[in-house]
This record gives sequence, structure tokens and C-alpha cells, in this order.
Amino acid sequence: MPQHVISPNRPVQAAALPPPTAAVTLTINGTAHRLEVAPWVSLLDALRDYLDLTGTKKGCDHGQCGACTVLVNGKRINSCLTLAVMKDGAEITTIEGLANGEELHPFQAAFVAHDAFQCGYCTPGQICSAVGLQQEGRVRTTDDIRELMSGNICRCGAYPNIVDAIAEVMQTPRPAPAS
Amino acid sequence: MSSSPKKTSTSSVAPPPTGTLTGYLTDAPLDPAIKQTGQPASRVDGRLKVMGQAKYAGEFNVPDLLYGVVVSSAIAKGKITKLDTADALAVPGVVAVFSHENRPSMPWFDRSYRDDDTPTGSPFRPFYKAEIQFAMQPIALVVADSFELARYGASLVRVEYDAETPDVELSDKWKDELEAPTGKTGYEKPKSRGKAEEALAKAAVRVEAEYLHSAEHHNPMELFTTTAEWLNDGQRLNIYDKTQGVMNSQQYVTKVFGLSTDEARVVSPFVGGGFGSGLRPQYQLFLAVLAALELKRSVRVTLTRQQMFSFGHRPAAIQRIALGADADGTLQGVRHEVLAETSQFENYTEITVNWSGMLYQCDNVQLRHLLGRMDVYSPLDMRAPGAATGLFALESAMDELAVKLQMDPLELRLKNYAERDQNIDKPFSSKELRECYRQGAERFGWAHRKPAPRATQRGTTLTGWGMATGVWDSKQNKAAAKATLTPDGRLRVQSATADIGTGTYTIMSQLAADSLGLPLDAITFQLGDTTLPPAPFEGGSQTAATVGTAVKDVCDAIAKQVLKLAQKVENSPLKGADFEDVTFVNGQIQLLADPTKTVSIATALAQGDGQPIEEKTTALPNLVKQSQYSRHVHSAVFVEVEVDEDYGTVRVMRVVSAIAGGRILNPKTARSQILGAVVWGISMALHEESILDQAHGRFINHSLAEYHVSVNADIPPIDVIFVEENDTIVNPLGAKGLGEIGILGVSAAIANAVYHATGRRVRKLPITLDKVL
Repeated sequence: MPQHVISPNRPVQAAALPPPTAAVTLTINGTAHRLEVAPWVSLLDALRDYLDLTGTKKGCDHGQCGACTVLVNGKRINSCLTLAVMKDGAEITTIEGLANGEELHPFQAAFVAHDAFQCGYCTPGQICSAVGLQQEGRVRTTDDIRELMSGNICRCGAYPNIVDAIAEVMQTPRPAPAS
Repeated sequence: MSSSPKKTSTSSVAPPPTGTLTGYLTDAPLDPAIKQTGQPASRVDGRLKVMGQAKYAGEFNVPDLLYGVVVSSAIAKGKITKLDTADALAVPGVVAVFSHENRPSMPWFDRSYRDDDTPTGSPFRPFYKAEIQFAMQPIALVVADSFELARYGASLVRVEYDAETPDVELSDKWKDELEAPTGKTGYEKPKSRGKAEEALAKAAVRVEAEYLHSAEHHNPMELFTTTAEWLNDGQRLNIYDKTQGVMNSQQYVTKVFGLSTDEARVVSPFVGGGFGSGLRPQYQLFLAVLAALELKRSVRVTLTRQQMFSFGHRPAAIQRIALGADADGTLQGVRHEVLAETSQFENYTEITVNWSGMLYQCDNVQLRHLLGRMDVYSPLDMRAPGAATGLFALESAMDELAVKLQMDPLELRLKNYAERDQNIDKPFSSKELRECYRQGAERFGWAHRKPAPRATQRGTTLTGWGMATGVWDSKQNKAAAKATLTPDGRLRVQSATADIGTGTYTIMSQLAADSLGLPLDAITFQLGDTTLPPAPFEGGSQTAATVGTAVKDVCDAIAKQVLKLAQKVENSPLKGADFEDVTFVNGQIQLLADPTKTVSIATALAQGDGQPIEEKTTALPNLVKQSQYSRHVHSAVFVEVEVDEDYGTVRVMRVVSAIAGGRILNPKTARSQILGAVVWGISMALHEESILDQAHGRFINHSLAEYHVSVNADIPPIDVIFVEENDTIVNPLGAKGLGEIGILGVSAAIANAVYHATGRRVRKLPITLDKVL
């Protein structure tokens, strides 16, 4: 006997209206952007869909993969887990803001030299995360890099090269081998 | 809104401390006098990727874009009885809701829905009818002015179903005896030989066991997306699709929607990972094109990470293996059977057991491949389909046999080394597997292995070593390419292939550069566009050989024309020289017999009419030559694990992977291919499992928080060795393709190392702590 299922099984929301928009100013890579966005717009979608800054990637939209990592006031965050309206007045750095004209940021150059990516989709998040990591000052050995970069998934599996690239820029020694 | 951005301060790259790093440390320009092919060139698309400027399918800035969000079925089997879209449509900004109730007419025959990677059966047709065939089946598309509105609208679509109980239990399907049919490209029915049962019964030593794994999902980092751009000049679309083959996506939409190839251009310059998931057109392509054609507007449809668990996956399987050997280790009998999952509507097949008939010498082999029908979406090729799981079983069983024989596992493999492919009774085109074993074992220090399990213990930590063999096909397919040399000495080469992270852009540029002796930065290679000469999808480790041969051919054709121009130069030292008498190097055409006799390419081009030189080629494999041989890439992998006895946790401490892959076109990108695949092997061994809820027929861990893949902290140093292997048969380049080989054997090597560490044999992947304790 088939079972009758209703989904979603909750009262009908008659004439449900979208929320009103609000003004927000985001300073992105040094440039102030004034946006009118609904409060349900994530910082990630604001960057990608409203400002065409598609260097920041969406891999899960749930804070599970790290592809959307950007720097907000110098700290690395998952931009999918924050709303644009919460960051009014914040200083945001995305992958598009790291190079100095044609001159790559040291992490960008090291990622190319060490082949620290394949498909490239997690790469902007990895590089922004590395910049944040460097500023945190917590890395003593390459094992710390492995641990502290584990919020950024690379499905292509470029991890050994990512560690090498970051270690080169940060001059991080490898841990002493166990005796 | 935006103006020139202020840049953050940068500092110069500090030199690395000596002796602390491995890999290629410099990114200095390569010596132009050296042939590019074989050099560790950095990716030519690297700058775009690290600057965030590489455009993926969901990133093309299309004017007046609408966003589509998919409503997924809440049940796995049954039918929709009511689909209420009124609330969704009442939201200002929601433009339309599409479903089976209001779709346009669609083709009747299955052939209209087939693509280049379709199994036999009836392909799934989105929105075709009210019937639900699998969990999270797409049942409606809400299209709105913004992504947020479409998502909100999708939450308001109210669906009523008559639900039935799905059948997702594989283990009871042996009794159905459903023999896997042929018909899917690449699948070959396994052939038995000799008298395996007799040989097994008589064998001095015998092992028999069942090996299991659950479904796994590809989970490329990029969400599946299609942007269908409506061009306001009739019924024409530019379709930016996440795919491993633009030609394949194009043939699908032209057949399903009755469009001409001119009306459906598919573009995909960058692909955020594939691993097989992009080998078939996924349903966001269908939905985006449907909505764009119906609304005459541009539409982007992006699946959620959860929805990416609603299509193809590595099939769950149960494998039964028996091995019998003489007391000295000589294999006398092999039996390998698999029962693999498929859907109710297609017969998904992959080569799983056939490897057991060719990897080791044995005259008595019994092989069987059965399918079990379940209420799931059809499985789909996933990195090294069939072999990744088949070799987990075979190479675990070989280790079990070695234990029982009290023989070194590497010794057992050498004892049964196959000099000939007994499956097809043909010699190998090349096979340097012995050298993989030798160099891999030496680098790893295998000779120091203590034979007994649990022999190395420090506190609660047990250390174990394991090894395994890998094998995969080396295929060449048909592909076309076009090349254009402009009078300024720049060469553009085009082919509608893909670069899913494999390095296609780079190695094709290297091959092109060498044909004309040009520097790498004089080359532009274009791919991922159906207006370019056709090439097959990027899958099965075939692209380097397939497209590379076409690129080399077409660039050589250009070079021949340049030589003719060089011979027109007044008092040309190359007069009368044949193409075979000269070499193109460092911007010069040089007489091989006398390198002082040269004409620069610039001088030669000045003899032309000022127009670009253009050539087109279609390269075909030399089947007459190739079909006389078994053509394969091989590997040997060695791993060390540490197991904490109190917690049951397994950590891989180091890996050595030795590859016999023919000619290596670029050791930097080639090494990355192997590194990444070893990471996949570790992930498969220790983490990955799509857990199917038996009551509801749904994958319950459908997110990257709950479907675990290896993260950085899980991955130890990985040592990659490419052994020298010359192969003049496999294809004109001698390159074997490296996309799959690195994963093969890794999960078995880890399981074998876990046994060596603990004395516990785990036969079900992933090797989680509950199975080790």
C-alpha cells in the first residue's frame, strides 16, 4: 500500500513576501562598494552575484569546504557563513585583491611554482586562507600548516604541494623525524 | 560601482631554507633551447587560477540573468500526486516554476537521451512523468530574478506523493543472477579460462573472502552549474556547462531539445574538478536549457552540494575472491565475482573482475560480474572505475595469500609476474612493473620489513607496512585539432577537449611549442568550446595520448609549411632538405646533419604572404598496430601506517608510488596527477562512504561535513617515482595517461599495512576505527 507523503509538511505561507533590502557598504580590495541587498544575501553571493567578483568560490554554501575563504578585517572567514548586511563597513580582501598589478602575491607565485592546485577551484580560498594563516602567527612546523589549513578541502589532492608552497613563503621548517 | 582596487602590500618571495622542501622550487623560465616536452613547466593557466580570473561555468557575467533552484523529491520511490506551485509563484520576483506538469514536449525514444558515457537501458528523463525513481530526483525548477528568491520559492513548492518502500539492499541480489550486459563503452565482459574450481580444490594453500565497499560520490569542489545564455537573435544559446566534454553536452541538448549545433554552443574553459562526475550531462544542464528556451531568457541553474548526491556515484559492490597456490606461491586458481549496484533503469557496468585475469600469471581463472537492481540513480564512472575497487579486493587477497604462505607479499607478486596478458593472450606493448617494484621497494626500504604482524610497537602505536600493485588501460581515441601560425610567430592550437585540472592546457602547449621550436609563451592552446575541432570527453586517462597526438600532427603540418617558406629564402641553407632532415629548436629551423645551417622561423615567415598559416587534422589511433598488444600503465605502491590501539585510529605516515606510465610529458603536472590520486586512495581507504538509509533509500551523509574526504592533515609526504618506460606502440607520443593509475592499489596497500600493524584484516572500506578496534 503506498503511503501518502506531503512535503514540506507545514502550514501554507500565504502571500509570503521577500524581505526588504538594506543599504550596506563593503570595502573590497580597497574600494568602497555600496549595495542594496536583502538581509538573506550571504557575503559570498554578494561578491559573486552582485559584484561579479567570482574569484571567491562556492563549493558547499555550508562552511564545510573553505572554497569561499576571504579576509575580513585581516582575518580569514568562510564568506558563505556570513551575511553581507553583517559586514557593513568591513575591510574585505578577496583573491582579486592580492596581486600588485601584474606582480603576484608571494603565495600566488609559490602556488604556481609548486603546482599547488589542479582544477583551481579551491585555490582562491586556499591562498586567502594562507594569508590569514600567516597573520595568525601560529605556525611552527609544516605539520602546523597541515593542521591549520585543514579547513580548506582540495578534492584534487594537491595538499603536499600546498604545504610546500606555504612553507616556502613562510620559511617553515619540517618537523624533526621521529627517532 | 567598482574602480581600480587598492592593493595590499606584498613582499618578495623568500628563498626556501635548504633541505626542507621537496618538489620543484623554482618557476624560472625554461631554457628555450631545450625541448619543452618532458620539462617541469608550470601550468600555463596557473596565473589565471591563482588570481581568481579563471571563469568556471557559473561565473560568466550574462546580462538579465535568471536563477533556477531545483526542488528535489522527498521520497525515493512512488509518484507525485499533487504539485502545488501557487505559493511559490505568488512571490514577487519568481518568474516561473517548471515541472512534469508544464514541461514542453520531449522526445519519445531513449536514443535521444543517450550520451557518450551512457550504460545500456533507458536514461533518466528529468520532468518526464510523475513517477519517482530515486531519492532527491529533480521534480521542479523555480526560476526567479535572484538566487535567493528562487531558493525561497523552491521552499514554498508543496508536493504530495504516494510513496512506496524503496529497495536499496544489495546483498540479497546474488540470487537474481543478473549478468552484466555489454554495451557500455569500455566495458568488456570478463572471460574465464581453465578449470578454476578444480585448481582451487587441489591447491596446497587457499584463501577465500568477501570484500565490500559502499557507494562513493565524486564531490568535485565546484557545484554542478549551467549558465544558459539566451542570445537575442533567434533561438540560440551559449551554454556554459560544468562538463568533462563539451561535445557530449552538446549532443545531449541538441537531441533532447531539437536544436542544431549552431543553436547550442557549449563552452567550458575551466572545470572545477570532475573525477568522472562530468562524463554524463547532469540534470542542471537539461533544466537550465529548458528554462532558457521556454522563457527566452538567460538562466543559471546551480545544484546544491546535497543535490550532488542525487546523481551518479561509484557503485556499492560485494566481491568474492578465492585464490589457490602451490606451497612455493605459484598461483593455480583464481575466482573473482562481483555483485555491483545499478539502478532500475540502466545497466551500469565497469571493469572490476577482469583485472584478476591479467595482473598475475594463472591458467585457471573464473570471473563473473553480476548486477543488483536498486531504487537509486544509475552509478557513474568515478576515478579508475572498477579497477579502484576490483584491485582493493584482489590486492588484499594476494596479501592474505602471502600471509598464509609465509611469503613476502612483494615476493609473491614477483613469483606470479605476468609476462603476457592472458585475458586476451597478447604481449604487453611495454610493462616496466618489475622496475616499479624494485625502485619503489628500494625507496621505501621494504627490505627492512619484519614479516610478522604487530612486530613494531611504540606505546599504544603500532606501525605497519603494506604494498599493492596498480594497473589501468592506456587508450588512444580519435580527436581533431586546428593550428594557426601568425606572421608574428605566435601559434594558436585548438581542440574541443577539457582540462579538469589534469594539465591539458600545459602539456598541449608544450607539444605545440616543440613542433615549431617556439617558446611556451608563444603558444595559445584553446579548449572547451564546441566551435573548436571535436575531441572526446576527458576521461579514462586518454586525453594526453588522444589530443596530444592530434596536436602534434597538426603542428607538424604547420612546421612543414614553415620549412617550405624557409627554403624560399635566398641562398637558403635548407634547400632540398626533407622534413625529416631538420629540427625546429629555439626559434630556428636547423639541419640535423649540420647544426650551423639554420634559418630563423621569423625569416621563413617573412617569405609568406602575410596571412596566417592554418592546418586542421584528425588523428586516429593505429588500430592495426595497437590491437596486437595489451596496452596498460602499471604501478607499485608502498605505504606505512600507524594505528593507535586504544582508539583504533589509522594514520598513513608515508607513501611511495612508483609508476610505469610511458613517456612523461611534464613531470611537474604528472607528479601532481599521481599525488592527487594517492590522496584519493587514502581517502577511499579511510574516509569515503555514502551511507544509504535502508528505510528511505536516501544517502544520509550528503554534505562535506558528513561525507568525509581527506583533508590536509590526513596526508603525509608522498614520494612519486616515474620509472623509465619506452613504448612505441601505445600511441605516437609514447605517453600512457596518468589520471587514474595513482589511486590504484592504494586502498589495498593501506588495508594490508593495517593488517601488518595490528594482525586484523579489514575487508570493508572505509577502514574506520570501529573496524580496527
